[in-house]
Amino acid sequence: MTFLVPLPVVIPLLGAAITLLLTRRPRAQRTVSLTALSATLLVSLALLMLSTQDGALAVAVGGWGPLGIVLVADQLAALMLVVSSAVTLCVLVYSIGQGLVDGAEDTPLSVYHPTYLILTAGVTNAFLSGDLFNLYVGFEILLVASYVLLTLGSTENRIRAGTTYVVVSLLSSLIFLTALGLVYAATGTLNMAQLVDRLDALPDNLRLVLQGMLLLAFGIKAAVFPLSSWLPDSYPTAPAPVTAVFAGLLTKVGVYAIIRTETLLFPGGRVADLLLVVALLTMVVGILGAVAQSDIKRLLSFTLISHIGYLLLGIGLSTTAGLSASIFYTAHHIVVQTTLFLVAGLIELRGGATALDRLGGLARLSPLLGVLFLVPALNLAGIPPFSGFLGKVGLFQAAAGVGGWLAWALVAGGAVTSLLTLYAIARVWNLAFWRTPNPAMPGVPPAEGSALECVPAVSVSVQGAMVPVSAGDERVFESSAPSSDSDSDSDSEDGPTLLPAMMVAPTIALVALGVALTVLAGPLFGIAESSAKDLIGRDAYVQTVADLPEVGQ
Amino acid sequence: MTPNLVYIVLVGVLFAAGVVLLLERSLTRILIGVILLGHGANVLILGGGRAGGTPIVGTVPTEDMSDPLPQAMILTAIVITLAVTAFLLALAYRSRDISGHDEVQDDVEDRRIVVLAERDAMPLTDDQDQDAA
Repeated sequence: MTFLVPLPVVIPLLGAAITLLLTRRPRAQRTVSLTALSATLLVSLALLMLSTQDGALAVAVGGWGPLGIVLVADQLAALMLVVSSAVTLCVLVYSIGQGLVDGAEDTPLSVYHPTYLILTAGVTNAFLSGDLFNLYVGFEILLVASYVLLTLGSTENRIRAGTTYVVVSLLSSLIFLTALGLVYAATGTLNMAQLVDRLDALPDNLRLVLQGMLLLAFGIKAAVFPLSSWLPDSYPTAPAPVTAVFAGLLTKVGVYAIIRTETLLFPGGRVADLLLVVALLTMVVGILGAVAQSDIKRLLSFTLISHIGYLLLGIGLSTTAGLSASIFYTAHHIVVQTTLFLVAGLIELRGGATALDRLGGLARLSPLLGVLFLVPALNLAGIPPFSGFLGKVGLFQAAAGVGGWLAWALVAGGAVTSLLTLYAIARVWNLAFWRTPNPAMPGVPPAEGSALECVPAVSVSVQGAMVPVSAGDERVFESSAPSSDSDSDSDSEDGPTLLPAMMVAPTIALVALGVALTVLAGPLFGIAESSAKDLIGRDAYVQTVADLPEVGQ
Repeated sequence: MTPNLVYIVLVGVLFAAGVVLLLERSLTRILIGVILLGHGANVLILGGGRAGGTPIVGTVPTEDMSDPLPQAMILTAIVITLAVTAFLLALAYRSRDISGHDEVQDDVEDRRIVVLAERDAMPLTDDQDQDAA
């Protein structure tokens, strides 16, 4: 069944190529991207099942053995693949819904689909990669795609935010590339399984330098505290679905890379304590930043940074319990953070803004929106019985198992962060959902706000697809914007007050997925624990790659 | 394998020049800095492999061949740098189009919060007042 392993990378890339050819046919584009991402999800599920039953699967692309590109789907990679492809699929549906409603210059969908699929391919490539250079290529694929997505429409704000983002990302990539050069010079390979032995043989100080450079590069990508200030500046300006998928996936790819390198390449290193200190600072400083914000998207960006600290906590403990809790928490956090950004997009649509001082009374205007926000928000804050609570308990238990003042300081810091997250969330709830509606908001007084949510998806998509697209328009927008005045008029009138079904449905699906993580926490923790054992044992991974046929066979 | 001094000095010079340019505010200079840093990293990778003849079977005895892997990696890195350079140039051009310059700017919201902090004011009070901010 090893033929399945490259598919999560190949399918989105093929889809990207096809959608690029279909630039002028939005409907076909949509079908292709939806099919590609659904297929990716199915393959990922199959990979998770196979790797859980029979252990890791590996493929040497082109038959070059450890010299060339090796893709390895072990449990950790497969779990991340499943969560990430489920999330990307939901966000794609959401963005299609938003494109149909907005019809605005914000979403030139003809570029959107191929870029989005390439982003997905980069993420899956990074997860599956069995050598450091391919990991670098995966990062570059997803980063270049993210540059384009972040500056979609190239408005002034997005260009400003995009510039910071691109420059910081470039710097981290250069550090990564330099580290690769040093690793290769020191060991003569970049294949992770081969590096295991060769790095162990190196002098301690040299290993520390290599580890430090890799950590620095991944730390920037994962938005770890001193290296995180680029994130809240750049993420909130992008369109809601783009921010959502960035928040859910991009930083987690960095975290995944840290998990891989810390366990497989540099186990028991001297930087574990440093990681713990950084984890504490990331948690506390991040959440203090969130408390000071007055815009929902920026606030969520800061909670995103802060909760990266929890993931680092488990990695820094470097015990099986810590790692498995970290892996569980990563899966949980991908889903919850993406959901919250999608809901922020819905709030923007319904309330006309994401600035807290311009919102109010949303709970009465749209009870469904209230529920959609509250469930993932409580989940993020770690209120029992949600998965956020279970993940935090797992992390705290692991820290208590290790003991020592630093571990206990982290438990205290984690608890404070959790409470402050609750405070930040409660503040959003009070200001945006509870007080009297702002008269400046669209649709106030309410005109049966919640009844509007039952626009059937079919009619929406048909309506959008039937609209002729003017051929002279350079950027072909998918929806009704370019022509047909009557249609776009009715759209723009209803747009702000209606919550379109195509946007609500994927959000509900993600909220449900977040709740499902709670219900399925038992089996999920089982998978997380056995992959943590594999990570710490290292032999299974090395053996899988060593069993690959040599060159020419 | 002994390291080649010329490579190392070259890498050092490229990195130093690149870092200085990276600290500038103008995006075009940053771009040149990034290109220099990229070249530095590429030369560093090249220096990590064994030197020797063309790595094509039949031209040079195997033990005299240079290491082909770093060369393959550098080719990949060059392609990536090319794509990113093109994108950054477009970004700088668009930025000049919109605002008349290509300077990397401070974050608006950050500035706003700094101003509020200097005035010792809260970003938003949690009461019913809509004009709180």
